Amino acid sequence: MLNGRQLTISEAYKLLKTKQVSSVELTQAALDRIEKIDLQVKAIVTVTGELALEQAKKADEMIASGNINPLTGIPAMIKDVICTKGIKTTCSSKMLENFIPPYNATVMEKLNGIGAVMLGKANMDEFAMGSSTENSAFFTTHNPWDLSRVPGGSSGGSAAAVAAGEAIYSLGSDTGGSIRQPASFCSVTGFKPTYGRVSRYGLIAFASSLDQIGPFTQDVNDAALVLNAISGYDTRDSTSVDIPVPDYTKCLTGNIKGMRIGVPKEYFVEGMQKVVVDAIKASIAKLEELGAIIDWNVTLPHTPYALAVYYIIAPSEASANLARYDGVKYGYSYQDTDNMWEAMEKTREFGFGPEVKRRIMLGTYALSAGYYDAYYLKAQKVRTLIRNEFDEVFEKYDALVTPTSPTVPFKIGEKTQDPIQMYLSDVCTIPVNIAGLPAISIPAGFAEGLPIGMQVIGRPFDEATVLKVAHAYQQVTDWHKKRAEL
Amino acid sequence: MKLSREQVLHIARLAKLGLTQDEVDRMGEQLSNILENFEVLQNVDTTCVTPTAQPNALKNVLKDDVVKPSLTQDEVLGNAPQRDGDFFRVKVVLE
Repeated sequence: MLNGRQLTISEAYKLLKTKQVSSVELTQAALDRIEKIDLQVKAIVTVTGELALEQAKKADEMIASGNINPLTGIPAMIKDVICTKGIKTTCSSKMLENFIPPYNATVMEKLNGIGAVMLGKANMDEFAMGSSTENSAFFTTHNPWDLSRVPGGSSGGSAAAVAAGEAIYSLGSDTGGSIRQPASFCSVTGFKPTYGRVSRYGLIAFASSLDQIGPFTQDVNDAALVLNAISGYDTRDSTSVDIPVPDYTKCLTGNIKGMRIGVPKEYFVEGMQKVVVDAIKASIAKLEELGAIIDWNVTLPHTPYALAVYYIIAPSEASANLARYDGVKYGYSYQDTDNMWEAMEKTREFGFGPEVKRRIMLGTYALSAGYYDAYYLKAQKVRTLIRNEFDEVFEKYDALVTPTSPTVPFKIGEKTQDPIQMYLSDVCTIPVNIAGLPAISIPAGFAEGLPIGMQVIGRPFDEATVLKVAHAYQQVTDWHKKRAEL
Repeated sequence: MKLSREQVLHIARLAKLGLTQDEVDRMGEQLSNILENFEVLQNVDTTCVTPTAQPNALKNVLKDDVVKPSLTQDEVLGNAPQRDGDFFRVKVVLE
């Protein structure tokens, strides 16, 4: 936010490069904006103002010496699930309220290496489990478009921070829609790369076979710039994939003539709001005007099973990943007993919130003796079918287009008592994680002032095509340029 | 299927997860509802389908055996709730 206007990464880069503005000025302006509005939005768990200004000073020195990357000196917000050396990383959980990582995540090393500036750590659903940020142990983040509504989740703080002009871009993580659904709710651009494209080293694990880090930005061009910076093979993540990373900005040609785009019927689920259906159909018509060949009758018949597959696999992996919180090595620790087992049980009773407990219970049950075959193994097999189905469809189509979320942002408190209703919020994004595909959510309209998002899904490691389609759409629409008034 | 109170307590014990009375009651009902929604999977024919553990075909990651600096003991122990010299302090394991 500079002189009342929010800059994109590429705009800020131009100003920095031509020395019309310094990184210190940009960073101070962002910190002022946070100071002014975060009491209302509550997107941020920890503001790292001093550090940000120090990093900005260094960035200005880099720029002065001619050493400038598109992200150098640009202030960003980081989801509080990504480890930042020496800076509290809480996962918005009481369990990690005072946890200070002794090392940086790979994405942070990459950003630090090119002189990026970190403004702070963004609020989220506890351990990234949720779709509204209401599961944060600290506070609920508010949607900048309507403060009485949720920003989506789990990366709600990261999405709201960009939507509210508190940061120029941010990082989030996406296990079942945790980048795309809040991007849709906050009317920003949110990208989940292919599983294996961005290193998960230093991303606090929720469901290891589904988690992926990605950016929130104000447009597709900026998403390409952040992806360029954070993608790539990393030996410290054994599921990272060693294939070349293209320059993603090169694919943004605006030309999608002759491109084959499929619209899978199953994604227009029962109960989807009519305003969402209408906005997405209108958006797809725009792609057709641009010369894309649209097939409205694509079918992915196993889609209705994706939600059940996800809510078996993700909690199962979570129950194993979260076994590490035992009150011994780090984190909250119950001390008021001499019994080791009691200490461990009480540590987890008081350290975890209700949704995290629910998922640990669900996962433990699905993996327990006698139920493993019926639940976990069955889910893994249906996962294969879902993945194969996508593979087949992608032989005929270059990309798929769907709504991101079945609804516009809902009211705070509306779904907290009914876990299944909350889970349904991710029905259009979950299949993508199950198959490990790249997908983006971009602003595609409003209904009575509330944002609607469109999802574009691509082949594994074909981020370029996803970005190309989304970018072409943004050349002929201006939904992504609208800003929440705060 | 409906989870009994005993089943809920059994799973909680496996997960080393303490639950309040209230949570035990609520969890039984909520988990039962969620599990009921999973039943749809039984309609899918998965004969001869191999399970997917993660989406990409992967090979083993091998590293050369090179000595590199690691975290210092102070860094590793920095977040320990109870520290005793260069050790994590734990409750009595064997009485």
